[in-house]
Amino acid sequence: GCFVFKPSSKKRRLSDKTGHDFRSTSSDSEDTELRFVTCQSLWNQIKLETQQIQEDLNKQLLDNLVSFLSRSHSDFQEKTTKWTCRMKFREIPTAALVLGVNVTDHDLTFRSLSDVLQESITPYVAFLEAKDCPGIKNLMQKLMGQLMNCDIEVDSLEDEDCVQVSQNRIRCSMPSLISWYESVTQKTDPETPSKKRNSSSRHWQFPPVVVIFKDMESFTTKVLKDFIVISSQHIHELPLVLVFGIATSPMIIHRLLPHSVSSLLCIELFQSLSCKDHLSTIIDKLLLTSQFPFKLGVKVLQVLINIFLYHDFSVQNFVKGFQLCIVEHFYSQPLSVLCCHLVDIKKRIYSLSHDQCENIRRLPSFRRYVEKQESGTQVALLTNDNFLKEETENLLEDLHAYHENYVLILRCLHVFTSSLPKYPLGKQIRELHCACLENQVWETEEYESSLQLARMLNKSDLVTMLQQCVEILMSSPGKEFDKTVEKLKEFLTQFQNLEEASQEQDVSVSSQKELQKKTDLYHLQKTLLELKESRKSKKLTKFEMLRFEVVDYIDRLVRKYLVPADNRTLYEIMYFNAATVLRGHLNAAPRTALHMALNNPHWYLKNQALKCDGGGISNKAPDICIVYKLHLECGRLINLVDWLEAFSTVVMAAEEPNADAASSDQVDDIIHARFIRAVSELELLGFIKPSKQKTDHVARLTWGGC
Amino acid sequence: MSRPEGTRSGRRSLQVKFVPDEDVLKHIVDDAGAKVRKDKAQLSASVKRFVKKLEHISDKEAQEILEEENYVAALGICAQDPVGNGSNISGGEVYSFQTPKRSNKMAELASELALTPEKNVTPDHSKCPEKTAKTPQSKMHLLMHIFSLLFQNKKKEFVSTTPYRLRKRLAAPDPYLESESEYSASCSEEEDEEEQKEVSIVLSDQKTPAKTKAASTPPPRNSLAKKIKEQKMDNLVEEYFEAHSSSKVLTSDRTLQKLRKRRLNQQTLHDLLKNAPLAYAAEIRDLNQQHESLFSKWMLQLHLGFNIVLYGLGSKRDLLEKFRTSLLQDSVHLVVNGYFPSITVRSILNSITEEVLDHIGTFRSPLDQLEFITKRFKEDSSLELYVLIHNLDSQMLRGERSQQILAKLSSLPSIYLIASIDHINAPLMWDQAKLSLYNWLWYETTTFNPYVEETSYENSLLVQQSGSLALSSLTHVLHSLTLNARGIFRLLARHQLEKKDNPSYPGLSFQDFYQQCREAFLVNSDLTLRAQLTEFRDHKLIRAKRGADGVEYLLIPVDDSTLTDFLEKEDEDV
Repeated sequence: GCFVFKPSSKKRRLSDKTGHDFRSTSSDSEDTELRFVTCQSLWNQIKLETQQIQEDLNKQLLDNLVSFLSRSHSDFQEKTTKWTCRMKFREIPTAALVLGVNVTDHDLTFRSLSDVLQESITPYVAFLEAKDCPGIKNLMQKLMGQLMNCDIEVDSLEDEDCVQVSQNRIRCSMPSLISWYESVTQKTDPETPSKKRNSSSRHWQFPPVVVIFKDMESFTTKVLKDFIVISSQHIHELPLVLVFGIATSPMIIHRLLPHSVSSLLCIELFQSLSCKDHLSTIIDKLLLTSQFPFKLGVKVLQVLINIFLYHDFSVQNFVKGFQLCIVEHFYSQPLSVLCCHLVDIKKRIYSLSHDQCENIRRLPSFRRYVEKQESGTQVALLTNDNFLKEETENLLEDLHAYHENYVLILRCLHVFTSSLPKYPLGKQIRELHCACLENQVWETEEYESSLQLARMLNKSDLVTMLQQCVEILMSSPGKEFDKTVEKLKEFLTQFQNLEEASQEQDVSVSSQKELQKKTDLYHLQKTLLELKESRKSKKLTKFEMLRFEVVDYIDRLVRKYLVPADNRTLYEIMYFNAATVLRGHLNAAPRTALHMALNNPHWYLKNQALKCDGGGISNKAPDICIVYKLHLECGRLINLVDWLEAFSTVVMAAEEPNADAASSDQVDDIIHARFIRAVSELELLGFIKPSKQKTDHVARLTWGGC
Repeated sequence: MSRPEGTRSGRRSLQVKFVPDEDVLKHIVDDAGAKVRKDKAQLSASVKRFVKKLEHISDKEAQEILEEENYVAALGICAQDPVGNGSNISGGEVYSFQTPKRSNKMAELASELALTPEKNVTPDHSKCPEKTAKTPQSKMHLLMHIFSLLFQNKKKEFVSTTPYRLRKRLAAPDPYLESESEYSASCSEEEDEEEQKEVSIVLSDQKTPAKTKAASTPPPRNSLAKKIKEQKMDNLVEEYFEAHSSSKVLTSDRTLQKLRKRRLNQQTLHDLLKNAPLAYAAEIRDLNQQHESLFSKWMLQLHLGFNIVLYGLGSKRDLLEKFRTSLLQDSVHLVVNGYFPSITVRSILNSITEEVLDHIGTFRSPLDQLEFITKRFKEDSSLELYVLIHNLDSQMLRGERSQQILAKLSSLPSIYLIASIDHINAPLMWDQAKLSLYNWLWYETTTFNPYVEETSYENSLLVQQSGSLALSSLTHVLHSLTLNARGIFRLLARHQLEKKDNPSYPGLSFQDFYQQCREAFLVNSDLTLRAQLTEFRDHKLIRAKRGADGVEYLLIPVDDSTLTDFLEKEDEDV
């Protein structure tokens, strides 16, 4: 079943193969090479960025872990000679590492963990996975194999061969592990203490042996139990530390292990950052920044976020989707060559060919722009390439500026909306971002209600928010927001002044004091009514006025800067919007496609004969569709004979015009053969299977979907 | 399951009672109207349908079924007709499904489908489809029957294999039907009820459990859409339990054997299909061309670290072949035919290590082998391999371990995997971990190409494969045996055929067998018989089973038809 094909000529293809593909495919359009280079460099930048983010996020966790590990066997270091005094302690130091359900991302964390460990604590790190360890024997084998390999890496000098041999022969047991550990520590220590100190002073004399169980949940109780009990017997000879990778909750340890075993562990819990926070950071650093010219359209972003939230919680997959977006964008949009940093834009614009200029003219957003211009400019834009290029440069600069402003104001708005009760515009900035990209946010109900709520904020909240906004706006290098900052600062000082003036506001209290005087009922009623009147018509306090002003100001900022991107001219160059393509590639629905093809072949085969209104299909449909349609009407078992008859009825009816009496027998055979083929195709697709329950029957495997 | 005998006889009596089609048709024509009333009744019926307790409703259902059969019978096509020439059964026969309504629907649909294109043949029918769509389904049956009969009938005359009686009967009403076909547009309901009454009078005592079962079958499609929606949910659940509650299977008992249709073997099947023109070739070609335009994009994405999986109806083999021949000629690539019945992961790994990496030697386990491959590919960055897997979801590769290994393999940066899947449940093979290793990009490539290669290895249901193989092996083996041995085997075969109607036949006990063999002078001691049996057993000609009483029973593990064929052949030879 396997066939290997080797190229007859041994010539190596160009190393720049990928670029070649890119070029060959889009040969019709322009600047492919440049586009490809841009694409690659952009992706590399983003990849580096994500890795950096990942590292930063894990840093805290890893630091904690490392300090724990180094602490765990400190006694072991100091009183190496007095091991016996530790005899009574049998507890194995254990780190329970709660990593969250996005199992696929764990590998990265573990990899960086092992890097850090090798760097600073111990060369002896072993990874164990449940599927490699069905029994304690396999576990020990795996463990020793890995540990002894590290050994080779550490001093891969003369005795490589002997270790290699011994690895196969050695009986995998705890004593042999201990003797190995002793030999390793003894050997490296006394021989050249000075050298040792120089080369690997980061390790101690007796580095702990770290065993990492990657997926704790999938290990069987027995294996874990045995391993823990055995190794607890030897803990005084072998400084073992366990790390459990946990996807669900730390409770699982107690559920998996009986008390007698878990009491042998000295567990400390470590919580990794939740994947949602991780995603937020990624979005924050990759999308809500003007660092990268490439942007995601709202639909695309929603697809990616939905895949994350509803399918896998995997940040890696999110980044993968992002990569796909970049590739697709640069592949399908010839103008994406202009999707670069501002510094390069000028050069690239002026090297555009005439065809590319035509491409620009064809962009819907550009046409809208042209229509708004005066007739003279219109003609110039549509006929003069140079003029167009100048204009394009301006527009693109505008677009870049728009991005910078957009991000800043978005963050400011988020400061406000994220503290409102019930979060009408969403808790996360990504939700706000989507809302703003989707349509003019100030026209939505949610925005309206959040403004209402903002008008009811108390002073201290308002002041802190304003301060945050000022900070955000100050962080921008541009001059755009200088005025805004000033304005906001002015607001802040006004609030400050209010505080001082607040003492004077005690006037109203006096009126209340009047109430406490003795009066008759009539007067009391009267004064109360008056009081009520006065309250109703009472002018807004200064604070309230100021609050309104602030909110209105924010509103103005939003209306000015948070215009949806697709209203901007030339946004197609920067934004990737083909959400359906993305969904098709990442979140495909094979069953739906199959169902569609079987129920509605016209969707794929554009033939008039197949067109059919309503839910039915024409009897001229491909055989498999007819057979499928017929089988839908059956119960659990299908009689093949009846099926065949029904099929031939349909097919004969479809072919009647040319079904002459000539060779009915042969026709019949052909129909039979077609039926057989269609049925076996259905079997291959998994709709039916042969059944032994009754002769010549098949069992149906699917239900519904009629 | 077969319907209790009572019904059969009942129907037979109906047939006698029930008069020529003309009468029925006249009856139908005379009535026109009162649709509304009936519709309402239908509605209420469908609403209450789930309340099975309501006896009269299920009665009504049963009546409806009977009424259908009634019509079929009346129009002269009935399962009870001794159909001598099974090779050419009319579509109407399909209605003799002895099951609740659910299975009738297949035939129903068949005739419905058969109808649609006739628009251009008989223009006066053109209104029918629309109209009928509005009438309740059950009423439609009758239309369908008549229509299908009409066409069947036409066909019959050419084919002339229908029973004489039937032909005679159908020949007469034909023009009548033609002329009357317009009545169908205003298909009356009145007469149905009348019919029902008649039927219920005749058959009121013949309600069988099978019929009451029918009460829970889905309501007619064409009642108010809303109602349907409401019911559908309950219905699905009900249907499910309906289908799985009873161990009884409510399908007809007919077998291919009775059809007397010669089973096709692989070769003739292939030839026949070759002759049959592929429908919609032009459209399929267009479709494929669309997919082919993506080739270079696939290449790009493969190089960027993604792997590609193709799904959608139709064989994707040709497409991948084309991809291979057009783009992969200059590079090392491996083609894996997953549909091949004896493919294993090991053979895939072997061909990589042996042919791609030129490594001689064996490995202890596939995991070791995988490790070796990984190491080699990591060491030598110039090594590149394209792997094309047709049917990654095939029987042999869909196992957890195989998928794990393939996923690991595909995650190597210099191995580019492009695969196709077909099974509806194929995506269930992969969990998150495997998916992230595979790093799939999904491409929908619906080709509508027939699965020629993919199904050819399959032990297809209808293809006479096991049978012919068994027969040929039987004859081959027996020809190499002594005359006495053949006699012994024939004896056993005959005995088994005699008992073929007994489903719990355990086999022939050794003692009885010995006795019979002795009587036929085939053996002289039980030792010789035992030696003979051992030989049979070695060739897998017989199977021995120990019964509950400790007696050894002997059985030939071949189906009856093959055995009959075999005996016939043997008798010819002797």
